[in-house]
Amino acid sequence: MPIPIRDDPMVDHDPANPQVMSAFYRRLFPYRPFFLWLNQDHVPAKLYTHREFAFTLQGDVYIRYNSFHTSDDFKKEVLRLNPSRFEIGPQYSARPRDRKTLAAGALQPQRRELVFDIDMTDYDEIRTCCSDKKICKRCWGFIAAAVKVLDHALRETFGFKHLLWVYSGRRGIHCWISDQHALDLNDDQRKALVTFLEVIKGSKEQSKKVNVRGAKDDADLHPALKDGLDQLKVDFVKLILRDQDCFRSERGWEALLAILPADRDVIGPLRSKWQSSPTASSEERWADLVDAVKVLRKGNTTLFRKYERAMEDVILQYTYPRIDAEVSKHRNHLLKAPFCVHPGTGRVCVPVDPSLVDEFDPDTVPTVGELLNELDRIPPEHVEGGTKRRAEDYEQTSLKPYVEMFEEHVAAILKDGRGVKRALKEESMDF
Amino acid sequence: MFKPTTRHNIASSSHLPEVKLSKRHSTSGQPSSRWPYRLNFYERPPTLDITLEEFETFAIARLQVLSHIESLSHRSLPYAQLSTAIATYLKQHLPLSSNTARNVDLDAERRKDEIGHWVLRLAFCRSPDLRARFLRSEISLFRHRFETDDVAERAQFLRSLEFDWQLVDETEKSQYAHELRTCMPWGTKDEQFKAESWFKVPWYTVPDLVGARRVFIKAGMAYVPQSLQISLVLQAFGSRLEKALELTAKNLPRLDEDERLFPVIDHLAASFLSGLGASDYRPDGETSGAVVTADMVDDVARKHFPPCMRNLYERLKRDRHLKHFGRLQLGLFLKGIGLPLDEAIIFWRKMYGATMSDDKFNKEYKYNIRHSYGQEGKRANYPPKSCQQILTTNQPGTQDSHGCPFRHFSPENLQNFLISTYPQIDRSSPEMRDIMDSVKTAHYHVACTRVFEVTHGLKKGEGLSKDGESVVHPNKYADRSRELEREKLEAVKAKDEDVSMD
Ligand code: SF4
Ligand SMILES: [Zn+2]
Repeated sequence: MPIPIRDDPMVDHDPANPQVMSAFYRRLFPYRPFFLWLNQDHVPAKLYTHREFAFTLQGDVYIRYNSFHTSDDFKKEVLRLNPSRFEIGPQYSARPRDRKTLAAGALQPQRRELVFDIDMTDYDEIRTCCSDKKICKRCWGFIAAAVKVLDHALRETFGFKHLLWVYSGRRGIHCWISDQHALDLNDDQRKALVTFLEVIKGSKEQSKKVNVRGAKDDADLHPALKDGLDQLKVDFVKLILRDQDCFRSERGWEALLAILPADRDVIGPLRSKWQSSPTASSEERWADLVDAVKVLRKGNTTLFRKYERAMEDVILQYTYPRIDAEVSKHRNHLLKAPFCVHPGTGRVCVPVDPSLVDEFDPDTVPTVGELLNELDRIPPEHVEGGTKRRAEDYEQTSLKPYVEMFEEHVAAILKDGRGVKRALKEESMDF
Repeated sequence: MFKPTTRHNIASSSHLPEVKLSKRHSTSGQPSSRWPYRLNFYERPPTLDITLEEFETFAIARLQVLSHIESLSHRSLPYAQLSTAIATYLKQHLPLSSNTARNVDLDAERRKDEIGHWVLRLAFCRSPDLRARFLRSEISLFRHRFETDDVAERAQFLRSLEFDWQLVDETEKSQYAHELRTCMPWGTKDEQFKAESWFKVPWYTVPDLVGARRVFIKAGMAYVPQSLQISLVLQAFGSRLEKALELTAKNLPRLDEDERLFPVIDHLAASFLSGLGASDYRPDGETSGAVVTADMVDDVARKHFPPCMRNLYERLKRDRHLKHFGRLQLGLFLKGIGLPLDEAIIFWRKMYGATMSDDKFNKEYKYNIRHSYGQEGKRANYPPKSCQQILTTNQPGTQDSHGCPFRHFSPENLQNFLISTYPQIDRSSPEMRDIMDSVKTAHYHVACTRVFEVTHGLKKGEGLSKDGESVVHPNKYADRSRELEREKLEAVKAKDEDVSMD
């Protein structure tokens, strides 16, 4: 008598198991929207055929400079290699796979989505709930705050429309921008944009990491940063003062004092007060600081302004997006593709809706194991499917809403692309 | 001669000058309407007669300027210092005056400027790397000239370019008054704000202003105040030149009409790749007067040799032997610093010492030494090798000691060599970091210049001369080093005399 495995919730679907990954690639990976997303057209274009894919195989073998004529070719190769994950590079001036037969220098990166990478490691010095490779719903608050600010800036300031946010599978989030203008940016332009957005700079050894007010540290914030600051004020109270309670411990409040202007009459009393109340909450300490600064308003306006600005900078330092600038600056930087499986956690790198990012909980992201279990549970008659349209496998799993979100995103890109193409055609008829 | 032919029309649309050389130097007399302004976007290929000599010398002059600008720009000098350094150098090598200048042949200057630019385009369009470096230096050069230009003439020039920048109207200006104002320098006055006007351009056309957060940006458009117009101009200059270079590269194979041009173009490109202008060493009168004898070499080496020669010399002392290219590199250098032939023979005999019989020395080595002094064979007087030659020709093999330490040593060996050779440098000093950074980016001569500065008590950026020249030739390194020593001695002497006066 056969044992009904599919009722066994303990079936082991470890992503390190090649068969698990192979089943995932065979039955669940959304090849069609994935192709359209990169190609921005139904017929394979250079954006796809000249694009670099890099595969990481089990055992950390890394194969670069793959490229494919069609989505089917790609799928075949993925099934053959059964990689643990893969990354996407730029469209090159020639097919990356031909690189050995090309003249030196003939393989130049040309177009590429503008990408961003935010990783929890950069918040290790601030977060109090976890450290290291861990991430929980609470520290996701940092990522959520960052996504909201960055998403706003990229849309409102830079005018981009097609942003895809993707959970990186463990501790971070990626953003892919597919607007034509974004694809066309050269490295200098990317660098300029990143430098514009980058606010937190400096190493471990530097306590004040926000220096955005010119050489004298006295200018007003750039309107775009002011925008960000206004958004972040709310998160600062919720996240830093209440949830993470960053200034409760001595290490925490000393870190705060270290980035404020060093005026003895302000800092001195605060320090002794805080030393004598070791259990005060961050909110209370922040209120103390606000009071101390308020007093200055009447007596010493210069110093008051200085502290006022410094407190804004504190908010930025604790909540403003910490982006990995190098990832964004160069077209040829490789970035893990959406819908890959994170080899450590088994979670799928799913799209994230930026307007719901506060509610996003990394722990609820489907793992490859859960998805395969869901597939196992589909009744057999369903699998045979009669004359009715056979449902795609993913549609019967919790991957469905994510694939749909992705498809909507891709449809919007294609619609825009068609508009662009029509405009180009009309233009060329003018001549 | 960029000579007008029927094909010229095609050429101008493809950004490729039609080049044919004429035999003679044509006298000027071109209508100055070709160059109404000092500034030039170089959009029309020249159609002038030109001799091969002009073709080469104009290009070399410009090449030296660009190389100089390039190495200066890698030394992170304060802006004012950089600007004066460029100005002094330009005055000497490629002067270009405004319309208001008197007693200057404007046409001759502008013609030279234009031709040099176009020849270098041919030389530098051929690889992405060369194109990028050429572009960068040309932009810096243009920027410098733009900033130092006569204000009225510059305004006319800009009008002639007919840019289609979108002007921000009053309604929009008042709508974003607060934002626009915030982006102006801190402390801008009300009247200044009222008087200012803005252009609206896609943000990515002014990356420098965006990176520095100097402009307000909304919905992808950057609001550039008139006062920052230079960024727009440079961007336009750069992007047009970049496109033109790519086109030239595609069309270059058509330039096969005169094979005399190719060697020149190749040489120019090679020079630039090594980071140097095409320069030969000709000892200047003052230093060449000072004769060095075989006995003095050791002392001079310690005080004045550049790293490459210091390395060869130490090797020679230790191994009592050098391989062929090493002997050549050091030998010619010694000739350059003033070691006469007879002293050279004594020097080498002494260095080889007992490891070599007199017989062998006389038969095999003496001849070579005499040969390198032009006393045998073709009797050519070989000049000492320039950094460019050392960097790019006869790459040293595993047993060789010649070459340039900055280029040919591994980073670890280079560091060890520098530390053990120069007491002024230690492993973790900021100077060492500067040096290794330059090496990493393949700016070997910049690294060498830094060593010169550190070992001669000079400030960063002072270089070999007043205009911050960098090392392009080992002999210039040594000459300047000895000159500095002389200056110091004289200063001390002068002081002594002062003292003895009272
Ligand atoms: S840069 Fe020139 S002088 Fe300096 S070590 Fe290299 S070759 Fe010698
Ligand atoms: Zn946590």
